[in-house]
Amino acid sequence: MRIRDRFAKTEARVAPYAFVSPFFIIFAIFGLFPLIYTAWVSLHDWSLLAGDQGFVGLDNYRELMHDADFWRALTNTVGIFLMATIPQLILATVLAQVLNSRLRGRTFWRMGVLLPNVTSVAAVGIIFGLIFARDYGIVNWALGHVGLDNPIDWQGHRWSSWLAISVMVDWRWTGYNALILLASLQSVPKELYEAARIDGASAWRQFWSITVPMLRPTIIFVTIVATIGGIQLFTEPLLFGSGVNAIAGGTTGQFQTVAMYLVQQAFTGQRFGYASTVAWVLFLLIAVFAAINVVLLRRIKSVN
Amino acid sequence: MKTKNPLLYVGLIATLIFSAGPLYFMLVMASRANDEIVSLPPPLWLGGNLFSNIDRVFANEDVLFGQALLNSLLVATVATVCVVVTSSLAGFAFAKLKFRGRNAMLLFVIGTMMVPVQLGLIPLYMLMTKLGLNGGLESVTLPFIVAGFGVFMMRQFAEQAIPDEMIEAARVDGASTFRIFFSIVFPALRPAAAVLGLLTFMERWNDFLWPFLTLDAEHPTVQVALSRLSSGYYSDQSLIMAGTLVGTLPLVVVFIVFGRQIIGGIMEGGLKA
Repeated sequence: MRIRDRFAKTEARVAPYAFVSPFFIIFAIFGLFPLIYTAWVSLHDWSLLAGDQGFVGLDNYRELMHDADFWRALTNTVGIFLMATIPQLILATVLAQVLNSRLRGRTFWRMGVLLPNVTSVAAVGIIFGLIFARDYGIVNWALGHVGLDNPIDWQGHRWSSWLAISVMVDWRWTGYNALILLASLQSVPKELYEAARIDGASAWRQFWSITVPMLRPTIIFVTIVATIGGIQLFTEPLLFGSGVNAIAGGTTGQFQTVAMYLVQQAFTGQRFGYASTVAWVLFLLIAVFAAINVVLLRRIKSVN
Repeated sequence: MKTKNPLLYVGLIATLIFSAGPLYFMLVMASRANDEIVSLPPPLWLGGNLFSNIDRVFANEDVLFGQALLNSLLVATVATVCVVVTSSLAGFAFAKLKFRGRNAMLLFVIGTMMVPVQLGLIPLYMLMTKLGLNGGLESVTLPFIVAGFGVFMMRQFAEQAIPDEMIEAARVDGASTFRIFFSIVFPALRPAAAVLGLLTFMERWNDFLWPFLTLDAEHPTVQVALSRLSSGYYSDQSLIMAGTLVGTLPLVVVFIVFGRQIIGGIMEGGLKA
């Protein structure tokens, strides 16, 4: 009896650790270690095939600072991110507001806005590549009807490729974010709106004075998630470009993102050390952007 | 009282056209011959080549599309089962068991949700090479058999779904913690486990970057096969679109059947974050 008691006691003490350990062990090996080791590799001349060629300190970082290709990729990434995220957040907030009204067939509409998110990113890249094709694409065909006679070479220019890629990102994510904002909107007490209506506040005024401030924490969350995804943007531009050298992101790299540049350096250029430098800088960039987001969005409240 | 504002419905219908349009376009193009795809005006209605195009996708010997479908199914299923089990175990422990370091560990779990682990892909590649797993399906499965999001989600659910008295009573009866988990806790967690399973399956099925880098030509997943189809060796658009359709369809079916649960999971996940 006593032995059994002692066994039960030990079991109760050890069991919690046994329960959480699978997560921590696997994450440590395949998540945390690679991320940290990236910093170590970035301090070396490290080749895909030949391996470690010696410690070089911050040389890779110095080279990166003067690497015009990297800066171009960074400009592309940030440009696409802003071009995609700002309209997306506005649209998602408005859509959330619409979905929050009393509607017939609620689940139907919600499924409708989430449908794009079920489509894989690879499929999105392929489908929109055809939609934005220069000669027979449906967008150019439609634009031809409103008087734009010269078809746009969507992949050919910087602004147009950015726009096409932003449309892909927004198509896949706007509905998803609208649902997350809707969830948070539903926890806003209805009386707030009732009171505002009695005071004669317009729908627009209600939107800015009640909806936006109440949604602020969720907007911060959504923006940070969008930042993490946006800074790592890879698949859409890769498959938009298609072709044998898709990783180059267009003839002059006009839509090559930093993540594409990273992969190009690592696997085409076989420079693991240098590519790790890109990865680590990207990581810091995400942290900085996330922090800026939080600060900027905190301001929204103090304005109101 | 339902709203009568017709403008709202007009807006919603426009949104629906925008969100379903590209998928409809994919279906139309998948059902057309190549010369019809490159014609103006672009076809807006279904053609008669759908099944012959799909046949051609499966007959193509370079991309192994049938194999890719099976591979994706296998990888996504294994990852899903593992994520559900490991997340339920950890989620239960964080919600209902007391142990030293619990709060710090939970904070760490939440932190992992915000860290872009994708950026560790170079050491991950080196690690997989060392383990001899690069190129095979294990390399795209192993890193994803746990998920911080899953642990957090199951913890939130376990917290309110399982009364403490139930666990106490089982302990008094002499049940071990493992016994309690399997006979009391896991059955109670099933609704959340189902949602987590759906979300995980969709995420794994659609995963691209890492599989694209590590998998060899003999072991493609659907997404990798799609990128190979469209990689320029073929300019066969109807083949590419038919492949995209076949690769997308399974999830669309899952979505139509379980849409309500999936939406519930996403909305709750956002609310708790």
